Amino acid sequence: MGLASCWRTSKQRLSLIGEICPHCGAKLFPPRDVCPQCAGLARTPFAFSGRGAVYSFSVMYAAPVGYEDYVPYVVALVKLDEGPLLTAQLTDVTLDEVHIGMQVEMVTRKIREEGEDGLILYNYKFRPVLQAVTA
Amino acid sequence: MRDVSIVGLGQIAVGEQWDKSLRVMGAEAVLASLRDAGLERPEALYVGNMLSGQVSRQENLGALIADHAGLRGIEAVKVEGACASGAAALRLAYIAVAGGVHDIVAACGVEKMTDALSEETTAALVSAADAIYEGEHGLSFVALNALLMRRYMHEYGYQRQDFAGFAINAHKNAVSNPYAMFRRVISAEAFARAKMIADPVSLLDSSAIADGAAAVVLAPTEYARAHGLKAVRVVGSAIATDAVALHDRNDLLFLQAAHLSAQRAYAQAGLGPQDVDFFELHDAFTIMSALSLEAAGFAERGQGVRLAMENEISLQGRIPICTMGGLKARGHPVGASGLYQVVEAAEQLRGEAGANQLQGCRVGMTQSIGGSGALVVTHLLERVNC
Repeated sequence: MGLASCWRTSKQRLSLIGEICPHCGAKLFPPRDVCPQCAGLARTPFAFSGRGAVYSFSVMYAAPVGYEDYVPYVVALVKLDEGPLLTAQLTDVTLDEVHIGMQVEMVTRKIREEGEDGLILYNYKFRPVLQAVTA
Repeated sequence: MRDVSIVGLGQIAVGEQWDKSLRVMGAEAVLASLRDAGLERPEALYVGNMLSGQVSRQENLGALIADHAGLRGIEAVKVEGACASGAAALRLAYIAVAGGVHDIVAACGVEKMTDALSEETTAALVSAADAIYEGEHGLSFVALNALLMRRYMHEYGYQRQDFAGFAINAHKNAVSNPYAMFRRVISAEAFARAKMIADPVSLLDSSAIADGAAAVVLAPTEYARAHGLKAVRVVGSAIATDAVALHDRNDLLFLQAAHLSAQRAYAQAGLGPQDVDFFELHDAFTIMSALSLEAAGFAERGQGVRLAMENEISLQGRIPICTMGGLKARGHPVGASGLYQVVEAAEQLRGEAGANQLQGCRVGMTQSIGGSGALVVTHLLERVNC
């Protein structure tokens, strides 16, 4: 991801800002300007809570270039509480804990670095919802 | 709208073609198809390719392949539709002839995947997905199909091993195809033991990185008849699209674009799934085979895998698929695959499929999928009785 693209997507990557369609109320992530449900213009920002559940997942053993240092890592389709699905890595979780339906919450994590002097790319990942333990 | 036929076929062996560059492979397939048609010079050439820019730092393939094939000056352009680029090139060639713009048009699909390291090619393939909202998160193309496969298994109650029949059938059929990359059978045990790439997708669920090129020549059917050319009629041709990212699909486990393009092709041809004698489907991954069978109307939702479990997909089965090895065993040089499917279907309909010949076949369907279902090209081909 180049510097310009990184700058353009910062609200999505770091704050999960999507859109709400003012015509039909559909909540959209990522933002896309034309509502896929009703085809109306949809540019009203909407901040997602970051809460959701694992809809599907896969443990990756062979990574594309740039991600080799992190193998094995878990990628998932997460169904946000507000409705949309999105794609993200899961983090702070062991491979055998992951299951469809697991409750997760958004966190900001490093995805990778573009070489020693390049960008450090941050993005959303999802971890199991932390449960407070009362003694 | 004129009736259009395929009058020439050309292909090179799929594999690691170290000796042949992108331009050499493309030209070879085009020239072979022209020779097969007994024609010298098409008026136009559409070159289907996905990765030339990323892997070979080469664009402008329409001009490059035309020139290298000795066709300098003709109309030519590169057509891109991710892994369906070759089939998309055929679609545009079909439109040119059907619409009366040109009489003789060639369509070729060519892909050079082995000039880069496999992790670089893997990264390049992710451009078929959503680069920002899927690719940036470290997904490979395999991982996208793994997400589909896991959810499918969860919703319909299947095990990994239930998908084995797709890979076993493809390999069995490739043994008799001299152009195929993997010409050896695999067993159910081998499938069960296969190494995971992105689980539940294993090495034997996935098609491999490969080089290849295939081409066809189109002409009006009337022209073919008048000149005594071997003709296979194109009776249905359609492209449909869907959201690029899996997470944006309306119905994750239904290939809506495959369904729409099949419906449009059926409607054009006046045919339905019951009329199709064999289906060259896009078996890039075993899950895609199951979903393609469902989207094109050969199985109910969630039942596509049963056709593999009950071996209805074999040459002797109710709906033979991948009759010459499919993407899995003949190989999947991505931008070329769509045209390998068409060449193989045409061979079947001409009676030139050798040991894999389906007796008495009349109608064949080919379907090529770009991305994880975002762009789907379907063609229906019919034998011409001369």
